[in-house]
Amino acid sequence: MIHKFTLYGTNMVVDVNSGAVHIFDEVAFEVLDYYKKCDSTEIVDKLCAKYEKAQILEAIQELEELESRGELFYEDAYRDYLNLWDRKPVVKALCLHVSHDCNLRCKYCFAATGNFGGERTNMDPEIGKRAIDFLIQQSGNRRNLEIDFFGGEPLLNFEAVKEVVAYALSKEKEHNKKFKFTLTTNALLLNEEHKKYINEHIQNIVLSIDGRAETNDRMRFRLDGSGTYESIIPKIKDLADSRNQDNYYVRGTFTRENLDFASDVLHLADQGFEQISVEPVVAAKGTGYDIREEDLPVLFKEYEKLAYEYVDRRKSGQFFNFFHFMIDLSQGPCVAKRLGGCGSGHEYLAITPEGDIYPCHQFVGMDEFKMGNVNEATLDDRIQNKFKDTNIYTKPECVKCWAKFYCSGGCAANSYQFHNDINIPYSIGCELEKKRVECALWIKTQE
Amino acid sequence: MKHIKTINGSTLKDTLTNGGCGECQTSCQSACKTSCTVANQSCQKK
Ligand code: SF4
Ligand code: SF4
Repeated sequence: MIHKFTLYGTNMVVDVNSGAVHIFDEVAFEVLDYYKKCDSTEIVDKLCAKYEKAQILEAIQELEELESRGELFYEDAYRDYLNLWDRKPVVKALCLHVSHDCNLRCKYCFAATGNFGGERTNMDPEIGKRAIDFLIQQSGNRRNLEIDFFGGEPLLNFEAVKEVVAYALSKEKEHNKKFKFTLTTNALLLNEEHKKYINEHIQNIVLSIDGRAETNDRMRFRLDGSGTYESIIPKIKDLADSRNQDNYYVRGTFTRENLDFASDVLHLADQGFEQISVEPVVAAKGTGYDIREEDLPVLFKEYEKLAYEYVDRRKSGQFFNFFHFMIDLSQGPCVAKRLGGCGSGHEYLAITPEGDIYPCHQFVGMDEFKMGNVNEATLDDRIQNKFKDTNIYTKPECVKCWAKFYCSGGCAANSYQFHNDINIPYSIGCELEKKRVECALWIKTQE
Repeated sequence: MKHIKTINGSTLKDTLTNGGCGECQTSCQSACKTSCTVANQSCQKK
């Protein structure tokens, strides 16, 4: 399977199954349309009005060479390996909802403004410790384990964060594990004490901000309706600098109300942030600010614009990373990882303040997805296996899709919300994903 | 080659032989939290 596209005058060809990426000139790009369907004479006939015969033949020869090297029309060789990688599921990451309370009332909050449709509660540190025990117990031989402190707003229960970190670290040696911690916060409460602790103990921090003040404050506001931009910007700038502009992300969401989101990304870059992730709202079905089919052309243009500016700025020394443009072509993850995707429901689970287990933060509160409780150290392996056995080959849309090895099958939560089935991808998400991958590949050609 | 420039070879199929150890980061854990581009994760072995 191949995918060809042109961006800013660069003709690109992706050989999906081998992972090869090529730049083609005009002749070769057109020859490719006929290459598998016609023989050389026919191709020359079709294209000789436009190109010289010698050129066409040369291009054909080069295509043949690529093919013989296994870098064009390479057959899918991975399906047969699925059984080989089929092991007992292990859990390697937990999202700990240390607080189901929040000091904001963001409009698009998938957690129903922090409480996930339940009561506004904080996680007792003892529950957090049971979650660590549970993770160690479920992680088999995996050494690297991850904990993400999430909410609601985790700074509302920072003492629990500290206790759980200390507990996890105290267990590392005995069990030969290595913990890494992430914390996701709206930054409103962030103070010097948090900063010091976070910089010493938390490997990655995700700071929520949507971009320009008007964009941010339209969606992200306090209980009294006031926006957060002015209060958080100095705090998150300071935190980012204190981490040498690394090992953090400013993380925003764009919705139908700011389709010109490239300006929000660039605004964040203008503020000096070097690690930026801004992405489409998820699971917003029926809210009014969900992204619709008719918005796609506008959004495609925005991604293209952003890609152009991205290259331009990086070349002129105004470096920044945009999470979805960062594709590592040669050193990226192995194919096993790319087939399976995010790991929700089997490798990655979310834990509520009460200790209830769900496939990921987006599924929290959906009864049909409750998988157990860390206090009882139980796990419903029926649900776990269902998620584990989901991969790009179980999703007919993904099998056909050229972007599958970059995307890995999309977001199960999105699929479920839109189709009641984790095996049917959310098509708008797919279109945006494919556009991002095209832009990311084009960026590679410019570096 | 005159007409084609390869910017990345067949690196994907090369990972068949040594892949699948599972020590890498989970995907939703870094920045994205809601969507999934796995290709930007790195391999722990390298
Ligand atoms: S873009 Fe959509 S169809 Fe393609 S691999 Fe991702 S989820 Fe599957
Ligand atoms: S299902 Fe979606 S939201 Fe949940 S971990 Fe996977 S990509 Fe993230």
